[in-house]
Amino acid sequence: MAPILDIKNLYKNYGAVEILKDINVSIEQGEFLVLVGPSGCGKSTLLNCIAGLEPITRGELHIGGRNMTDVSPKNRDIAMVFQSYALYPTMTVAKNITFGMKVRGVDQATQQEKLQQVARQLQIEQLLNRRPGQLSGGQRQRVAMGRALVRDPKLFLFDEPLSNLDAKLRVEMRTEIKELHQRLGASMVYVTHDQIEAMTLATKIVVMKGGVIQQIGSPAEIYNRPANLFVADFMGNPAMNLIPAKTRANGVGTKIEIARKDGAPIVLTDTQNRNLPEDVILGVRPEDIGEPDHRASQTAQAAECMVDIVEPAGADTFVVMQLGGKHVTARLHSETSAQPGKRQQLAFDLGKVSYFAPDTGQRLN
Amino acid sequence: MTDFAIAPPRSQSRAVRIGLRWLLYVILGLFALYYLLPLFVMITTSLKSLEEIRTGDLMALPREVTFDAWKTAWSGACTGIQCDGVKPYFWNSVLIAVPAVLISTLIGAMNGYVVAHWHFRGANIFFALMLFGCFIPFQVVLLPMARVLGLMGIAGTIPGLIFVHVIYGIGFTTLFFRNYYVTIPSELSKAAKVDGAGFLRIFWSIFLPLSLPIIVVSIIWQFTQIWNDFLFGVSFSQAGTQPITVALNNIVNSTTGVKEYNVDMAAAIIAALPTLLVYIVAGKYFIRGLTAGSVKG
Repeated sequence: MAPILDIKNLYKNYGAVEILKDINVSIEQGEFLVLVGPSGCGKSTLLNCIAGLEPITRGELHIGGRNMTDVSPKNRDIAMVFQSYALYPTMTVAKNITFGMKVRGVDQATQQEKLQQVARQLQIEQLLNRRPGQLSGGQRQRVAMGRALVRDPKLFLFDEPLSNLDAKLRVEMRTEIKELHQRLGASMVYVTHDQIEAMTLATKIVVMKGGVIQQIGSPAEIYNRPANLFVADFMGNPAMNLIPAKTRANGVGTKIEIARKDGAPIVLTDTQNRNLPEDVILGVRPEDIGEPDHRASQTAQAAECMVDIVEPAGADTFVVMQLGGKHVTARLHSETSAQPGKRQQLAFDLGKVSYFAPDTGQRLN
Repeated sequence: MTDFAIAPPRSQSRAVRIGLRWLLYVILGLFALYYLLPLFVMITTSLKSLEEIRTGDLMALPREVTFDAWKTAWSGACTGIQCDGVKPYFWNSVLIAVPAVLISTLIGAMNGYVVAHWHFRGANIFFALMLFGCFIPFQVVLLPMARVLGLMGIAGTIPGLIFVHVIYGIGFTTLFFRNYYVTIPSELSKAAKVDGAGFLRIFWSIFLPLSLPIIVVSIIWQFTQIWNDFLFGVSFSQAGTQPITVALNNIVNSTTGVKEYNVDMAAAIIAALPTLLVYIVAGKYFIRGLTAGSVKG
């Protein structure tokens, strides 16, 4: 079966400025694609290109197997949810939801039937006669979703739909969107700058920066094997520790040396022979540094570190140290005995680390 | 919060504050009186008989209220050789102003919508030229306009005057609507496009219903301009199609014998009433429209 969305060599320029460079993405029916990146990375522009709201400069765009490169938005069989919800302020909720059907000349009976169905689904039946101005942020969000759902399109597009909600509601709606995706089995493209949203919702993530795709992969791939320093730093909270280190190959594996300001360097041994250059950036997730007795992994190696700061966060306690001239965060369990200003045995799980080239930033292993 | 800043109030500074406040009211009151005085004179004079005007004081209230002058002004005063009062000219003005206001407002709304939400090549230049149109003095266009009206075959007719006022008003109405529509988020029209609505549908179903406040502004502005216009009215009309401003001028300037100040005053008030009415009626909707539009969303 043809991919539901297929973007080939897409370029987008505004005058002489290249906003999107050589974008190639495709998703299958039922996939949840998340475009993530810092503001100005071109993710929203890409979404607008998919919607047909922005013409593309070069390349091709197929939806549901049809070439939609020059097709107007209304004929692309898509529905879109906007960041500001973009509800029509003078229409009631019911009219907002049925507007698209009215424009397309769907008969009244079908309109009402679909309206009721969607209202039930999203539990907004009691709001149908209100106007957007009388709704709370979360309710508006639901209505905006309803307007998209009622269309039953091939492809759903979401443009940062949760960024105007408060933190608690955002998490709730996130779960709801995920549930909706699972129930409908619909194909979705979702833009966000929030890497947690990307991780939790996506079946496939596209990380973008400066109009260029940095990495495409499943959330696990992106998280565990970031393609470069940018992805490593952007995805994950607290961010991955990126520690300058020196490597030395010996017979068994690779010695990794991390400088410290107070005392001898930490030396760890990666048992795999990785054929690394001398200077690397070692990427370690905070949860891959822990107390030795809680880190029973075979690839873990202990070292004694000076703890600078201890930050209890409820479920976990984060400790911060100075290694290789950088702040390094470790995620310890909440009952840790770590004390600021004291030495602490910590185990580094070398089976899960990433190595990056300091000059290009590319992944080495 | 400001309580902290002024507390504790010292009695001296408080007295000064109250004194200043009263001074302000007195000055404002004097200005109001000053501006209301002509209206007072107009109304009282229009209610007096000629006899009383000759013998009495300009500022005095009428000893005997009579509406004869109003009747004469409405249907009996002479404008040159005809003596039908301002009535036919009043209706001429209505026939000119109402369509001209509505058409120029509608075109302005459409222009503003296009300039603000449908970016086309040269949109900014187009808008700049429109703005430029607002600054062209009336006198400059008199001769070219006369020629155009002649070529179109509507010189000296009411449609001709409507045409002139529509053309002249579009610059202003476009400016009003464009500035209003740029504050409407573009996501709204994007959402409608994805929903399948086209150019006219989005304008009609999404933008126009949002535009009440600016429609009222445009109507007040345009109505005042067109109703009060004298130059176009006197230049592009002929006997039978003159607006009320021209008729008023003729009544005041073409009387023979005794000058009927009471009739002149009554005619002037009649000529001014519709704009007053528009301000009173539409002004209310204006405020209401503004507050309704300010709902966050």
